[in-house]
Amino acid sequence: MTAPVQYPAAGLVPFSATGPASPTGGKRAGSAGPGSSSGARRFLASLFACLRNPWPDRRAERTLGGVSLLVSASVIAMIVFVGIRAWPIFAHNGISWLGPGGNLETEIGNMQATSVNPPAAAFHLRAWPLVYGTLLTSAIAVVLGLAIAVLSSIFIVELAPARLRKVVIPVIRLLASVPSVIYGLIGVLVLVPFVGNHLVTASEKASEQNVVELTGAGLGVAAVILTVMITPIMIALICEALIAAPTSWREGAVALGLNPLRAVLAVTLRGVRPAIVAAAVLATARALGEAVMIQMVSGGRSFEPNPAAGVVFFYEPLRTLASAIVDYHEGVGAPALKATLYAFAALLLFAACVLSIGGYLVKLPLRKYQTRG
Amino acid sequence: MSTFAPHQQKGRQPTSQRGRQSSPWSWRWGDRLVLFCAWTAGLGLCLVSAGIVIYMGYRGIEYLRPGLLFSRPAISTSQSQSGGFLDPLIGTVLLTLIGILLAGPLAVISAIWIAEYGRPSWLARVVESSIEIVAGTPDIVLALFGLSIFQLGLFAPLSFRSEAGGVFGRSFIAAGAMMSLIALPPLFAATREGLQAVPAHLREAAFALGKTRITTIRRVLLPSVRSNIATGVTLGVSRIIGDTAIVLLLLGETLHIEAQGSVPGLNVLRGTGSSLTSYVYDNSPAGEGAAPQKAYAAAFVLLLMVLALNLLVDRIGRSHQRSMGLSVPGGAI
Repeated sequence: MTAPVQYPAAGLVPFSATGPASPTGGKRAGSAGPGSSSGARRFLASLFACLRNPWPDRRAERTLGGVSLLVSASVIAMIVFVGIRAWPIFAHNGISWLGPGGNLETEIGNMQATSVNPPAAAFHLRAWPLVYGTLLTSAIAVVLGLAIAVLSSIFIVELAPARLRKVVIPVIRLLASVPSVIYGLIGVLVLVPFVGNHLVTASEKASEQNVVELTGAGLGVAAVILTVMITPIMIALICEALIAAPTSWREGAVALGLNPLRAVLAVTLRGVRPAIVAAAVLATARALGEAVMIQMVSGGRSFEPNPAAGVVFFYEPLRTLASAIVDYHEGVGAPALKATLYAFAALLLFAACVLSIGGYLVKLPLRKYQTRG
Repeated sequence: MSTFAPHQQKGRQPTSQRGRQSSPWSWRWGDRLVLFCAWTAGLGLCLVSAGIVIYMGYRGIEYLRPGLLFSRPAISTSQSQSGGFLDPLIGTVLLTLIGILLAGPLAVISAIWIAEYGRPSWLARVVESSIEIVAGTPDIVLALFGLSIFQLGLFAPLSFRSEAGGVFGRSFIAAGAMMSLIALPPLFAATREGLQAVPAHLREAAFALGKTRITTIRRVLLPSVRSNIATGVTLGVSRIIGDTAIVLLLLGETLHIEAQGSVPGLNVLRGTGSSLTSYVYDNSPAGEGAAPQKAYAAAFVLLLMVLALNLLVDRIGRSHQRSMGLSVPGGAI
């Protein structure tokens, strides 16, 4: 990013080149123009003239700045509103609602059962299964996706012939723009039945039949689709950094006798480490908040997949914070459940804020050489 | 950072022009393995992408009939009786219009302010980081935020009300307003990068002619970043039409577009409806519908729209002679 160049202030420019109307005279000239009798028309005309005539720079700057601040205002409003609506849950449970213990499904059942004035007991919540599910799916997807993204970025920037690259780039970019509901549809109509019918064996189903039904919908399918969804985001960022990295770094390494690939791995990739971290951070933000796709393919049970269970781990259903909001949004009329959903949203919002600020900070060192070109 | 900055065009020459290089067969095993993995990863992703398009195309051609596009949905248990998806299609178009109309001016104005004025700098940084936060916020959180805002008594005239007068906070206006937040970050990033790529001498020439800064912006800078704004709008549109969570929570998922009130035009905006995404969701096994044929057909239409928008972005980008451009403005796509 380059700093805006400093130019003489508007006041120093002696006259406006667009016409005789002086900047301050805009309004006056407009209102005198049509000479209509009706006040409304005169007002409209003056408004029009005010927009049409050149503005004084200071007013333009203030107006544009004021409009830009609307964005900040809406972010603040979002934090305040979500925080206020989530407050009852924090007030009743403290921070321990994130912790384990208690049965989430019965707690939410209690919340739905209460009427307009819920007793304090209805706010009892222990949402660990959801937090665990969110962390689990995101972690698997980000780790898998990061490996794939780094490899395919090297492929795109360094290895692929120019012709192939021209095809590969738009095709991978398409992956990023496919709507999540289409991923969910393919997941629930193709992958889930496939996993349920062919991958999950009868003995595995029997081993879990007292705990949970294995239909195929669960951690495995959710994590795989999530990986496909977030990898293109990482590829975009890593590719950008690889392209911007000075060629001389790699050429120096090749001149010292490394083969081209090793030079990329040892020098360029190490140089763009901040971009890789930033990509992981952004992709994490994306993965944490994915709601609809996860809701469609993860089986919709507040279950905690147990890594000790072996392969079955990947077939066990789960629910994430975001998908729980989609699951229960119909019950938003019940105050206790409403507070719960907003508490989930507050947690996601907090994570998003931390991650976007983190991503910004991580990317800072990159600017050093990217502006140098 | 910027995809559109001209300095990147002199970036890296294609690999084939790099000159003599050692043959991979003489490399160490580890390096050869990495080489193999990189090719597999890159081509594998392409295969996944192609697979999705081909599978959806196959299903779409199997189930999509032209009549579906022009008939309204109906309640029926059999898939042959449940009508088409005219209403969701109109809903998608309406939402896109509202979202872009709200997001466009906001994003362009804040991009101009940050790139051209940006004083005081701490305030500019605040605006910039709020846009980063909006970009990172999950759509489901935006949807709940919209619900909390439009359920306020203050905004009751803008949304659907029950017979008893309860404010649901669900309407096209509510959903469109939140959609504008979804479209804002890519639009902002595209415009700002365009402005930063405009060479400084263009501005200096305008100033030398005695133009004020705002006149320069309107007469010189805005026309020259028109194609960047177009790219941003296209990206914003493709994000809006792909969003499900906001539609589920804020548009009410009604089968038909249901108007509210008597003022023509406004009553539709205050009413509820559905979009293609929520139609797909409702007809998939995850929703209640369990009409996979309809879901496939609607998803195919949706995918066609996304493909067309992608092509459009490419076309706009190519007409402006950009560099590699895998990265979409805004980083997180």
